Amino acid sequence: MTAFPATLRQELIGLGGIVERNVYLTKRYFLWDLAFMVWTIANTLTIVFIARAVNVSPAEENVLATRLLVGAVIWAFLGIIFEFVTETVAWERWEGTIEYTFMAPISRVVHLFGMAAYAVLYGLIRATILFFAVVAFIHIHLPHANYGAAFALLAIASVSFMGIGMMTAVLPLISPEKGAQLGFIMQGIMLVVSGVYYPVSVMPEWMQSIAKISPATYALRGDRASIVSGAGLQWADVWPLIVIGVLAMPIGLTIFRFGERYAKKHGKLKRSG
Amino acid sequence: MSTLATPTFETTHVRRDVPAVEVQSLTKEFRRKDRSAGRFARRRMPALKDVTFTIDRGECVAILGQNGSGKSTLVRLLSTLLINDAGEARIFGHDAFRDTRVIRRLVNRVSVEASFFKKMSAAENLSYAARFYGMGPSRTRTAVPAILEKVGFPADRRREPMENLSRGMQQKVALARALLTAPVLLLLDEPTTGLDPRSKLEVQEFIRDVRAEHDATILLCTHDMAEAEALADRVGLLDRGELLFLEPVEDVKRRYDVDTLEEAFFAATGRTFEDERAEDDDYREVFG
Repeated sequence: MTAFPATLRQELIGLGGIVERNVYLTKRYFLWDLAFMVWTIANTLTIVFIARAVNVSPAEENVLATRLLVGAVIWAFLGIIFEFVTETVAWERWEGTIEYTFMAPISRVVHLFGMAAYAVLYGLIRATILFFAVVAFIHIHLPHANYGAAFALLAIASVSFMGIGMMTAVLPLISPEKGAQLGFIMQGIMLVVSGVYYPVSVMPEWMQSIAKISPATYALRGDRASIVSGAGLQWADVWPLIVIGVLAMPIGLTIFRFGERYAKKHGKLKRSG
Repeated sequence: MSTLATPTFETTHVRRDVPAVEVQSLTKEFRRKDRSAGRFARRRMPALKDVTFTIDRGECVAILGQNGSGKSTLVRLLSTLLINDAGEARIFGHDAFRDTRVIRRLVNRVSVEASFFKKMSAAENLSYAARFYGMGPSRTRTAVPAILEKVGFPADRRREPMENLSRGMQQKVALARALLTAPVLLLLDEPTTGLDPRSKLEVQEFIRDVRAEHDATILLCTHDMAEAEALADRVGLLDRGELLFLEPVEDVKRRYDVDTLEEAFFAATGRTFEDERAEDDDYREVFG
């Protein structure tokens, strides 16, 4: 076997190993996952019930409930991706496996991509359960929903989310104590500027400017259009996501590499930090 | 052993015309907060100072030293977890700080912390680790039980979460994980610290077996002088980041005209037992 196919094969097996490990962990923490799922559904219901409290016609109430639901589902989806990717380092540090993983013969690209791929898969399953559980509970009518377009846009947006997650994953590497907290702050800022439960236009102008570079803005806008009115994939939403994705992934990886080098130079990989 | 990681990589990347490990003037220091000099002040703390030595292929070398002497820093440098400040280190001719992909494939490490996903079982942790070395499910299905059996791990506990296992059991799994990847250089960083006497002896026996059966080169860092004497061809003493000697035990005793390695330690460092007790623990705390 020549060098390149052998290396590629090893990297792919390594990628599979990371996904496999996360499957094991999900199985072991199943009851926590279940509890978190119930909590997320309850939390989403508290948001979607707001539509019932507004004094509008039943049709308008249905649209408002759907808009809030899409926001809550994408918030949950993004939360999963950030939790997995951003906490790649924090998690391993907590388990005490970080040094072992960082001295394993696998490229960092594959390592991070494996974490991100599992996060997207897991996030999509959870988002789907959440969406249909709330729809069934509140009896939201979605006669025009274009699920295919909504899924496709979310998949395209996932690339950008993964890239941004990789950028924030470096934070616990540089600062073991404060890095994870900063990751949460980043996630919150991204969602608040992206119009998670409201149109971007209601925010101050400076926040609207930031919204333009957030992939969540386009994912929310496009998915709302697909679910509420059955719109297909809109180029106006797709191209910004492609641009942000193409830029975010290599920038995320580069930042992570610098962070890893810094951590190795200053001895930050140690278990206890 | 056919169940272990493929030897193909070894045959193409392990040069036989060079020592297994060559360390030349290796230096590493860390910066640490210095509250006495101001809120944001930092001071430089040397962890390794101009360390030079070589290890031949198939040799077992023990580096002794008290907590904070720089042993773990040395192991971390050789296992690509730290970047040096000066000097160089080569493993089978490959630069430890540049050819990291190759080094990671050749080296494995067992440290004092078992480093496992606590909720995952021994079999799951081993399968996961094996994937990084290109071992697919079909190979680990047979290799993992075989290696666990070899280290004396009970078959009925393979599926139990690691958190339910004793320290001794966890350390056996750690050794099994290291051996599963067929490393040509095994870095053992206090592998028996905290183990009960029986587990300690079992681990030491296993280290002997690894060396005898797998042609592995071993660097054992420990503060257990009896363990070093029992396992190693040569022993070195790392004190406050400086390598004071590295030679066969009998040569050490002869050189300092003493009967034990403990006495050699005090003779080489020029300190007494009372000095050791009175020493500021600050230095140890940083690198321990």
